[in-house]
Amino acid sequence: MLLRHTPKEIVERSALTVNPAKTCQPIGAMYAALGIHKCLPHSHGSQGCCAYHRSALTRHYKEPVMAGTSSFTEGASVFGGQANLLEAIQNIFTIYQPDVIAVHTTCLSETIGDDISQITGKAQEEGKIPAGKYVIRASTPSYVGSHVTGFANMVKGMVEVFSGASDEKEDQINVIPGFVEPSDMAEVKRITREMGIQAVAFPDTSEVLNTPQTGRYEMYPKGGTTIPELKSTGRSRHTLALGQLASGPAAKLLDAKCKVPCTLLNLPIGLRNTDIFIETLRQVTGASVPEALRLERGQLLDVITDMHQYFYGKKVALAGDPDHLVALTQFLKDLDMDVRHVLTGTPGKKFVNRIAEITGPNVNAYEAKDMLYFHQLIKNEPVDLILGNTYAKYIARDEDIPLVRTGFPIYDRIGHQYFPLFGYQGGLRFLERILNALMDRQDRDAPEETFELVM
Amino acid sequence: MSPYDEKIKAEEVKAEMLKAYPTKVARKRARQIILNEVQAGDVVPEIKANTRTIPGIITMRGCSYAGCKGVVLGPTRDIVHITHGPIGCSFYSWLTRRNQTRPEKATDANYMPYALSTDMQEEQIIFGGEKKLKQAIDEAVALFNPKAIGIYATCPVGLIGDDVHAVAREMEEKYPHINIFGFSCEGYKGVSQSAGHHIANNKVFTDVVGLTHNRKPGKFVVNLLGEYNIGGDAFEIDRIFEKCGITVQATFSGNSVYEEFISAHMADLNMVMCHRSINYMADMMEKKYGIPWFKVNFIGAESTAKSLRKLADYYGDKELTARIETVIAEEMPAVKIVQDEIKPRCEGKIAMMFVGGSRAHHYQDLFNEIGMKTVSAGYEFAHRDDYEGRKVLPSIEVDADTRNIEELTVQPDPQSYKARLDETRKTTLAAKGMALNDYEGMMAQMDNGSLVIDDLNHHEAEVLIEKYHPDIFCAGVKEKYVVQKYGIPMKQLHSYDYGGPYAGFKGAVNFYKEIDRMINTKIWGMIKAPWDIHPQVVAKYGWE
Repeated sequence: MLLRHTPKEIVERSALTVNPAKTCQPIGAMYAALGIHKCLPHSHGSQGCCAYHRSALTRHYKEPVMAGTSSFTEGASVFGGQANLLEAIQNIFTIYQPDVIAVHTTCLSETIGDDISQITGKAQEEGKIPAGKYVIRASTPSYVGSHVTGFANMVKGMVEVFSGASDEKEDQINVIPGFVEPSDMAEVKRITREMGIQAVAFPDTSEVLNTPQTGRYEMYPKGGTTIPELKSTGRSRHTLALGQLASGPAAKLLDAKCKVPCTLLNLPIGLRNTDIFIETLRQVTGASVPEALRLERGQLLDVITDMHQYFYGKKVALAGDPDHLVALTQFLKDLDMDVRHVLTGTPGKKFVNRIAEITGPNVNAYEAKDMLYFHQLIKNEPVDLILGNTYAKYIARDEDIPLVRTGFPIYDRIGHQYFPLFGYQGGLRFLERILNALMDRQDRDAPEETFELVM
Repeated sequence: MSPYDEKIKAEEVKAEMLKAYPTKVARKRARQIILNEVQAGDVVPEIKANTRTIPGIITMRGCSYAGCKGVVLGPTRDIVHITHGPIGCSFYSWLTRRNQTRPEKATDANYMPYALSTDMQEEQIIFGGEKKLKQAIDEAVALFNPKAIGIYATCPVGLIGDDVHAVAREMEEKYPHINIFGFSCEGYKGVSQSAGHHIANNKVFTDVVGLTHNRKPGKFVVNLLGEYNIGGDAFEIDRIFEKCGITVQATFSGNSVYEEFISAHMADLNMVMCHRSINYMADMMEKKYGIPWFKVNFIGAESTAKSLRKLADYYGDKELTARIETVIAEEMPAVKIVQDEIKPRCEGKIAMMFVGGSRAHHYQDLFNEIGMKTVSAGYEFAHRDDYEGRKVLPSIEVDADTRNIEELTVQPDPQSYKARLDETRKTTLAAKGMALNDYEGMMAQMDNGSLVIDDLNHHEAEVLIEKYHPDIFCAGVKEKYVVQKYGIPMKQLHSYDYGGPYAGFKGAVNFYKEIDRMINTKIWGMIKAPWDIHPQVVAKYGWE
């Protein structure tokens, strides 16, 4: 057994986290920044933070992930990181020539109290930021929230710098897709396009973190929300924020700063949440739902009705990020699956209530817990299926339970970069993966006489 | 190319690299990008190394915590490692380095799949985190009851004044059966992972090594230092040693257990694989216990044979020498078969490697064995001695960043010091050319005109690829997909791309096959679509 020391008996812990179900803010900020075209994320802290975040994102995407670091040494930690950041800004614009540098902080620079607004202001005064280039920023202390918080803070940082209030509105809407995959961001754009809606999706990592092999390396790939697009977000008629935690803060700021009203939605994962997303798009813009989307919806529904018996009553345990878990739980409940354990490492008391609203009170829902706890819940009440990131495979192997990889990080499989979880088609693929996992298991374990040809 | 042309080309490439830089950056980098020139007595040019990375530069380097917890201590399966800090550091160092471990029994301790953290919150940053750390240790003891606990400080810990060593002492009094020790390996210490190695070495040396005196049975008992069992390398080395009748007392730290560390000083000899990360330990054990060390390299079949023969020379035991020769003779034919098959397909191809503190040197041997040449190489976090040889140690300038890392003063241990070699034996060995307590460095082995680059960064890597079009490039995961987008295969020499082992004889075979697969796959020839190769179309309709 790999997790041989995990006891079945749960003893509450107040200080020790074992096998985290979250990571720290800066990686979320770095990921969000990669969704701006020609943007270089910058980590204001020790080199290790930047190296770790780049490595984690690279393992997850199997793509180049570029970012700068302020390379703090002991001296900078004592005297402040201003000199390092000023030097970094100058070097980055000279050597790597991005249009935007997106600076996020770390626990180190936050602890010593570096004020990055003041420092970037100074860079501006000293002419270190070339004309037409931008430095945006987000405060992302690792000791608050989680990677999702960091993502939300950097998206908010985009609104702070780029979105301008204007009475002249454009016939377009904003969609903030949330801390989701490049494939999901592309799906948001495809759905709005199918409906004939002009939409600015930001951030947008599609064609940044799923780029083609062309024999040429592009430091700044084709994808990413452009600066003009970002600047236009203040003139949009509406904002749809997908995922309360990841997208809510930026949407609310757009409302407060630029009077762009917003609607906060669950991630469009599964039938019901995709329905709500598309219905909201229709209500907000007056667009009609095209035949193509009706077909996709019908196909998803068809598979659910055809294969319902394989979903019905199956016990599921989920670990991941709150926005995903809320939407996934809804989808699983709509399939009549039995959601047993839902756990996130990201803190936030509301999460537990939101899950219970979907499932009813008979569920183990936890926030700010870890994967050891998740494992213990499963030991005490076994399930038929686990949804979680790559680290869940250690639990799945020890307990001999099928795992469908969802969330972040996924270090050991591909697919999430290319195939969305969003939308009806994303739902369809997700069902296929769940069915494969459950039915392969049934085939493996069936006695010879009930080994089925047709299923 | 003639050596003369190669030199001109290298000079041009260097100039091209520096061209993009602001003056200050260019001046510093110029001293870290060196055209190799080996003169008589293995004298090589001076390279600037182990100095700060310039802010804003996209570097490969990581931090002190990564070097300490991630590299040196991480591979030990039965020490509970608690990271004291916000959650990220523990999360990122959770199983990502592929240090394989193989507990003997299903009930043996194996904490490697567990990542432990105090998950520091704002409250601890403001009011201090020692209380939470103590509570975390209580909870870890309740869960695991281990023999030893290591506490690893992350960036904010030192800044807010938490004393991990005081906590370790206090908790050790509470749990006298557990050895608890702290590491001040805050990420900002030093200039790279290297500082973390040193910090790890120091603490393991003072708090772990020498606690018990159990020598494993065997006539030839050695330690292997700086082998971290990535991809199972240490398993292959252990297999070879066993065949040769050599007992490994302790490996630092691949597939290791705490019990081996505490009696490591009972060995006859330290063999050092990764000089950069563990030379401190070798040096301190020699001073305190009288254990000599020499550099070995088990990467490459010939290098493995050479290292084994070095061991035979060291002992000067006829039986051992004969046995080692038998093992080499037994192992080599299988290696040769694959080498002979693959060499014609790889001969003359060029490689580049930029990793670590020793791999960029070691792997050149493997490439040589299949006829490939390394035209450019460098380390991520090494010091001048790793490039130029230990002979330059006295002339290395100690800067502020290095001074901040404690240098222990070590005296011979009144009880346990035992000189393994008398002066006569030392003289005999020296006469045989055995370099004890020495490392010749990477540069002496490389051709004149090759480019040696310390702390290679993204921009320079791009220039190298565009100018040299290497047939293979070796570095880490952050560089992997950049290189491959150029249509050039990239081999990770940290994680081995989830393959291996590459050490020893079987490892060499694995590596030859892997390089052959990577270089000679058809896929690199299929990047261009037919319509890009012949864009002109004459016909109006395909079916006319």
